[in-house]
Amino acid sequence: MTFLLRRAAFYLVTAWAAITINFVLPRMLPGDPVQTMITRFQGRLSADAIASLHVLFGLDAGESLPTQYWKYWENLFRGDLGLSFTFFPTTVTDVVAQSLPWTLSLMGVTTVISFVLGTLIGVYAGWRRGSWLDGLLPVTTFFSAIPYFWLGLIAIAVFAVNLRAFPAAGGYAPGVVPGFTAEFVGSALYHAVLPGVTIVVSSVAGWVLGMRNMMVTVSSEDYVVAAHAKGLPERRVMLRYAARNAVLPSVSGFALSLGFIVGGTLLVEMVFSYPGIGFVLFQAVNAKDYPLMQGIFLIITLAVLVANLLADVVYLLLDPRTRKVS
Amino acid sequence: MRFRVNPKTGTGLGVLGFFVLIAAIGPWIAPYDPSAMGPDLLRPPSMRHPFGTTQTGQDVFSQILVGTRGVLVVGLVAGLIATVLSVVVGVTAGFLGGTADEVLSALSNVFLVVPALPLIIIVVSFLPDASDLVIALAISATGWAWGARVLRAQTLSLRQRDHVEAARATGEHTWRLIVFEVMPNLTAVIASGFVGTVIFAVLSEITLSFIGVANISNWNWGTVLFWAQNNQALAQGAWWWFVPAGLSIALLGTALSLINFGIDEFVNPRLRTSGRVRGEKGARTRAGFTPVVRTGGDRS
Amino acid sequence: MTVLEIRDLSVDYGQGDDAVHAVSSVDLTLERGEVLGLAGESGSGKSTLAHAMTRLLPPPGVITSGEVLYHGRRSSSDGPVDVLGLTPKELRAFRWSEVSVVFQGAMNSLNPVSTVEQQLGDVFRAHRRDMTAARRTERSRELLDLVGISADRLSAYPHQLSGGTRQRVMIAMALALEPEIVVMDEPTTALDVVVQRQILEKMMRLREQLGFAVVFITHDISLLVEFSDRIAIVYAGRVVEQAPAREIYRAAAHPYSRGLLNSFPALHGERRPLTGIPGSPPDLRHVPSGCPFHPRCPSAFDPCDQDTPALVPLGEHRSAACWLHTTSPRRRSGVGAT
Ligand SMILES: Nc1ncnc2c1ncn2[C@@H]1O[C@H](COP(=O)(O)OP(=O)(O)O)[C@@H](O)[C@H]1O
Ligand SMILES: [Mg+2]
Repeated sequence: MTFLLRRAAFYLVTAWAAITINFVLPRMLPGDPVQTMITRFQGRLSADAIASLHVLFGLDAGESLPTQYWKYWENLFRGDLGLSFTFFPTTVTDVVAQSLPWTLSLMGVTTVISFVLGTLIGVYAGWRRGSWLDGLLPVTTFFSAIPYFWLGLIAIAVFAVNLRAFPAAGGYAPGVVPGFTAEFVGSALYHAVLPGVTIVVSSVAGWVLGMRNMMVTVSSEDYVVAAHAKGLPERRVMLRYAARNAVLPSVSGFALSLGFIVGGTLLVEMVFSYPGIGFVLFQAVNAKDYPLMQGIFLIITLAVLVANLLADVVYLLLDPRTRKVS
Repeated sequence: MRFRVNPKTGTGLGVLGFFVLIAAIGPWIAPYDPSAMGPDLLRPPSMRHPFGTTQTGQDVFSQILVGTRGVLVVGLVAGLIATVLSVVVGVTAGFLGGTADEVLSALSNVFLVVPALPLIIIVVSFLPDASDLVIALAISATGWAWGARVLRAQTLSLRQRDHVEAARATGEHTWRLIVFEVMPNLTAVIASGFVGTVIFAVLSEITLSFIGVANISNWNWGTVLFWAQNNQALAQGAWWWFVPAGLSIALLGTALSLINFGIDEFVNPRLRTSGRVRGEKGARTRAGFTPVVRTGGDRS
Repeated sequence: MTVLEIRDLSVDYGQGDDAVHAVSSVDLTLERGEVLGLAGESGSGKSTLAHAMTRLLPPPGVITSGEVLYHGRRSSSDGPVDVLGLTPKELRAFRWSEVSVVFQGAMNSLNPVSTVEQQLGDVFRAHRRDMTAARRTERSRELLDLVGISADRLSAYPHQLSGGTRQRVMIAMALALEPEIVVMDEPTTALDVVVQRQILEKMMRLREQLGFAVVFITHDISLLVEFSDRIAIVYAGRVVEQAPAREIYRAAAHPYSRGLLNSFPALHGERRPLTGIPGSPPDLRHVPSGCPFHPRCPSAFDPCDQDTPALVPLGEHRSAACWLHTTSPRRRSGVGAT
C-alpha cells in the first residue's frame, strides 16, 4: 500500500504543479492582453467575458498575487474555469463536460486495443527471433514515424473521400439525436472507426517494439532457461515465465507513453472534426480562446494523472515485488 | 574487436545526411520561391512541378525543399538543449543521490507525466511571437525529462562500479569524476536520448505548425500541411499537396529511429544476434532448444 | 553402471570465422550414483558443457558434433537414448524427469512473479499429468521438508526468500521428479561459506538416500575434492585430466591440474603457497595449435606446440591429455611420469 500512497502523493504534487503553471502563464505576458483581446473581438465581448478575462490574466482591481492565487483555487473548487469566447456564453466547464466523454471513450478503447495487440505481436516477435515478424519491424518503424494526424488525413482521403466507406468528420450522423438508442450508438461507432483505426495503426508499433526487445532480453534470464530445463510446454514458458515478466516494463512505461498518446489523439480528433477535447482545443487555439485552452490543459492533465494511478494499480497487481511481505 | 557500423545505423545516418544536405542547400536549389503564386493552379505532379502545385499556384516541391531547414534546425536545437538539460539533471541526480536526487527525480517525473503537446500548445499560444527559437525552447523545456530519467538510472549503476568507487576513495573532485569516469560510459545513452528527443521535437514542431500555433509564414513541412488542410486539399483530391510532406516526416523519423536501434543493439548486445543458423535449413538458435548442426569432423 | 556417456561433444558460440569453440571433442562418462566434479578456470567451458548435455545453451550456442547417450532405468529396454537426437517433445519429457539442473544463477532461477508452489506445481503439471492438485501440494510440502524449509514458504514469492532459501527451493525442485542425474553448476557461488557448506552437505545426504548421480561444477577446487568421487579437469573446452578425487589431490598428472590445485588453499591444516598459473586462458576463437595449454605450461617441450595430445588412460581409473604421459609420435623416448 505504501507504494500506492507514494504514487498518489506524487500525482497530487504534479496536479498542483500543472494547476500553478496554468495560473502563472497568463500573468507572465507583457503588456495588457485584455485590451488586445477586446480590440480583436471588436466589441463582441460582453462585460462578463471581459471580467472573466481580467480574472484570468490577473489584472482585476490590482489584487495582490497571493489573493489572486487564492481566488483561482476557490474558482477551481467550484468547477468554475471561466467563460469560453468561442462558445460564448457557455462556460469552459460545460464545453469540456460535453466533449470529454467522446475523447475518453475513443482514447480508452483504442489505447487498450493498441496495447493488447502490440504486446501480443511483440511477445511472438521476441520469442521467435528471426521469423518473418522480425522482417516486419522496419515497416512498423516507418508507421510509428508517421504523425498520427497525417495518417488520419490519408485515411480520410482514401476511405472517406474516394471509397466513401466511412464518414470524414463528426462523431455521429447529423440527424441523429444523442442518447442511448441503437441508432445513435451505431452511428457513433461507425464514425469512430476511421479515427480509431488511425490511432491504433500509428501507436501499435511502439508497443510491438518495446515488448519484442523486452522478450529478447528476458528470454536469456536464468528463470526462463530454468523453465526450459524443467521441460515445461513451450507456451507455458513463453507466456508465464517470459512474457509475464517482459510486460512489466511496458506497464510501467505506459504512464510515460500516455502523454504522447494523448497528444496523438487530440490531433486525430482535430483532423476528423471529432467532437472530443482535441477538436475543441483546435477551435480554441484558432480563436485564441485562452480560458478554454487552459481549462482543456487542466482537464487533460488531471485525466492523465488518474490514468497513471490506474496503471500503477495494475502494476501493483502484476508485480508481487511491489506488494508488502504478508 | 573490429569496429563495424551497424547496418541499421548506417542506413539511418545516410538518410539523415541527405536531409541535412537538403536543409543546407534547399533554398538555393529550389526551382521557385515557395510563397510565389504561379499560373498553374492545383496541378498534379509534372515535369515543371515535380510535387504539383497548390491552389494559388505555389510549387510544393520548392516548399518541401525550403521547409527542410526549419524542421531540422528546430529539431536539432531542441534536441541539443533538451539533451544538455537531461544530462545536467540526470547525471547530477544519479551521482549525488540523497535529497538532491529525490528532488530532481520528482521534477523530471512531473515533466514526464504532464502531457507535453497540450502544454507546448498553451505555452506557445500565450507567447506574443512564436519564432522557431521560441518553439525549440518550448519543446526542449518539456522534452528533457525522459533522457534525465534514463541517465539517472545509468549513472546510479555506474557510480557503484569499481573504478569509479576507487577514484572516489582517492579523493578525486566530484566534477572530475563525472567528466572523466562517468560521462565516457554514458555516451551511448546520451546519444540515444538525443536522437529520441530530436524525433519528439520534429514531430512536435510539425504538429504545432499544422494546427497553426507556430508562425505559419515560416516554411516547414508542417506549414505545407496547414495550408493543404485549410484549403480542403483532401476534398479536392489534391493528394500531392500533403503526401510529400508526410512521407518526408516519416522518412526522417524512420532514419532517426534506425540510428537509435543501432545504439540500442550496441548497448544491449542480446538484441543483436539475428537468431538464424547459417546453412541448416529450418534450424534456429532458439532459447531452450539448442540446435545440433553437424559440420563434419573438421576439428580434432 | 554408466548412466550418461558423452562422446566427442563440441559446442560453438556463433558460426563461421568468429565462432567461439567453447567445447571441443569432449568424452566423459558418468556412473550411476556418483558425484563427478568438473573443475577449470572461469571461461574454460564448464557451464557450456553442462548446458549442452541438456541442450539449454543460450543463443548463439550450437552443438557441432557428438553424442550424449543416456542409459536410464526407464529406457533400458531399447538401449540408450541420444539426447541430441530427441525431438522437442521428447526432449521436454526427458528434461527434469531424467536430468535436472541447479544453475549457476540459481538465485535467479525462480520466476519473480510466481509463488514457490506455482513453480513446483508447474513441474508436476508438465510431467505428471494425472496428479491431483491436492497431491501436488502434498508432494511440494514433502520436497520443501526434504531440503529443510518450512512448508508455509510454499506461498512465498522468490523476493521474500533469502538467497540460501531460494537455492534450497531450486534443489527441492531439482529432486521433484527423482531424476537419475542432477547437474549443479556453481550452485553456491553467490552464498556465504557457511550456507554453502550446509547446502552441499544436505545435497550429498540426499544423494545417498535417493541414489541420483551428480555433475558438480565449481571453480573452488577444495569443495570439489571434498564432495566429488571423480574429477574431470577442463581447459579451453577440453577435458585434460580425469581421475578419482583423492588421486588428483594427491598427485595430479597434468601440469594444468597441478596449477589449479595450487591456486587454492589446502583443505585442512597447513596452507600451501598460492602459486596459481601464469598467463590467462586462450581466446577460444583461435585456440593455439598443439596442446592448448602449452603457452602457459611450465613443463612444455617440443611436441607440445605441434600436436594435440589425446586423453589416454594412465592406469585403471585415470586418464590425462599430456605429452609428459604419452609417447609423442615425433619422440620415441618419453620423459616418463612426474
Ligand atoms: N552466449 C555466449 N556467446 C558467446 N560466447 C560465450 C557465451 N557464453 C559463453 N561463451 C564463451 O564460452 C566460453 C566458456 O564459457 P562458460 O561455459 O561459461 O565457462 P565456465 O562456466 O567454465 O566459466 C567462454 O570463453 C565464454 O567467453
Ligand atoms: Mg560457468
